[in-house]
Amino acid sequence: MKSLFPILTIVAAILVIWVLAVVPMNMHLTADQAQRDGLMVMPQTPAERQGYSGLGLSFANAGLIPLTYTLDRPRLPSPHQVAGEMWETIALRNVTSRQSLVYHGWVTLSATLVGFAIGTTLGILLAVGIVHNRAMDMSVMPWAIASQTIPILALAPMIIVMMGQFGIQGLLPKAVISAYLSFFPVVVGMVKGLRSPDAMQMDLLRTYYASSSQGFWKLRLPASVPYLFASFKIGISAALVGAIVAELPTGARAGFGARMLVGDQYGNPLVTWAALFAAAITAAALVAIFTAMERLTLRRMGMAAA
Amino acid sequence: MTADTVISAQGLNLTFQTNDGPVHALKDVNLDIRKGEFISFIGPSGCGKTTFLRCIAGLETPTDGTLSVNGMTPDQARRARAYGYVFQAAGLYPWRTIGGNVKLPLEIMGFSKSEQAERVARVLALVDLAGFEKKFPWQLSGGMQQRASIARALAFDADILLMDEPFGALDEIVRDHLNEQLLALWARTEKTIGFVTHSIPEAVYLSTKIVVMSPRPGRITDVIDSPLPKERPLDIRDSKEFIDIAHRVREGLRAGHVDD
Repeated sequence: MKSLFPILTIVAAILVIWVLAVVPMNMHLTADQAQRDGLMVMPQTPAERQGYSGLGLSFANAGLIPLTYTLDRPRLPSPHQVAGEMWETIALRNVTSRQSLVYHGWVTLSATLVGFAIGTTLGILLAVGIVHNRAMDMSVMPWAIASQTIPILALAPMIIVMMGQFGIQGLLPKAVISAYLSFFPVVVGMVKGLRSPDAMQMDLLRTYYASSSQGFWKLRLPASVPYLFASFKIGISAALVGAIVAELPTGARAGFGARMLVGDQYGNPLVTWAALFAAAITAAALVAIFTAMERLTLRRMGMAAA
Repeated sequence: MTADTVISAQGLNLTFQTNDGPVHALKDVNLDIRKGEFISFIGPSGCGKTTFLRCIAGLETPTDGTLSVNGMTPDQARRARAYGYVFQAAGLYPWRTIGGNVKLPLEIMGFSKSEQAERVARVLALVDLAGFEKKFPWQLSGGMQQRASIARALAFDADILLMDEPFGALDEIVRDHLNEQLLALWARTEKTIGFVTHSIPEAVYLSTKIVVMSPRPGRITDVIDSPLPKERPLDIRDSKEFIDIAHRVREGLRAGHVDD
């Protein structure tokens, strides 16, 4: 609860900036519309108005300011328009309808979760290999780092086209891209976590003549848990971004990415903004779930930070 | 070397190769430790006292010379789990309870569940921590944590206890108390204890034999057999014998420093 106030303060500040920005952003469109509706607009021709900045035009036509908030296809929708669109597409539509954001959200979320599962499994296995095998340490890590320098926007269509060649479509290619983005933070965090026991801890196990598998299960793995959760939180949001990006360049007909693209292509920014916010809320919810799991797990392990 | 010698070092040398050239950590170390002795290693940093203890434990390998523990090589002795080792930091696992931490070596060594429970209860009572079995390390003071780590080293009944500055990070009052308890524990268990410290009063108070060491190269400069009785109340530290031994240790340490 203590953290709620600072968060709400920032949210309020963003809303204020947003609401203020709507006026100059939409003024040109509003002026054009007002003129068609027979209202007085200064200056009088669209060509002349192009010479004005959004701010300058707003000062010249202060009376039109309320209209900037109610355009059907605004350049920048106002918060209440986005909220209205989200309410309509989330709460009022049947969840199986193509108009429903819940339907599109589930399409993206299912690919995200499958991809995250693949990515974390792969990440953990690689990390265990890297920590226990010097050859893997030398060979895998540089490639893991290199893999993240390739722009995913360039890679995503290639993966989808190539998997399509083998008849694999739909969820799986998207999940692969999610996995591609989410395995990396898991590898990095897990390697760091598995190596977190200090020399003294390792010496203690040597005095017991413990095997390296005993060292792994009794020391390295439990010591890596806090690091693993930090990686999970980065990995799950990366996985969601991956699934959305996978929907963008491929003409997908469902999912958050598809909605964003549709809104953009058909000049309907409300659709794009609603999908954007729904995706952000989904990401926040996923991270919150992992934060709660982290707290629960660390408390049960006796390591809860007070 | 006599029949009751447990640890014997003959002509022991250890040279570390570092980026700044070789470091002679141990030079010509000869020492016999008999069963049931409480032997302290004292000296300034870099004198090789910890290195020698680690050699006994098989955590370092001497470059030269022979070292036997219970008639075996240190590595064989380590495999035979001949000793318990207590480090400067308690190093308890934060995700295990005190009981769980003491149980760690027992799990690794494959003791049965019922024997684990029985031993945990026994050694925790030995270090006055009965009733703390279900607490987590952060719920205990530093001194109690170090006692738990001693219990962990005692749990599998090794005859030898190696302690590397176990009370170095604790304050004086806690340290006095733990020293007293350690002597009582030693009397009850009849273990052979190797104890590294850089506190003169601690070394004199605890030991039957004090090994004074000096650095560059790390070597033994004096071995003092303590005439103090086995029963040692804390106020023995004001007796003349105690002060005489402390004086001799100090002289030994100073002599080692002359060639600095």
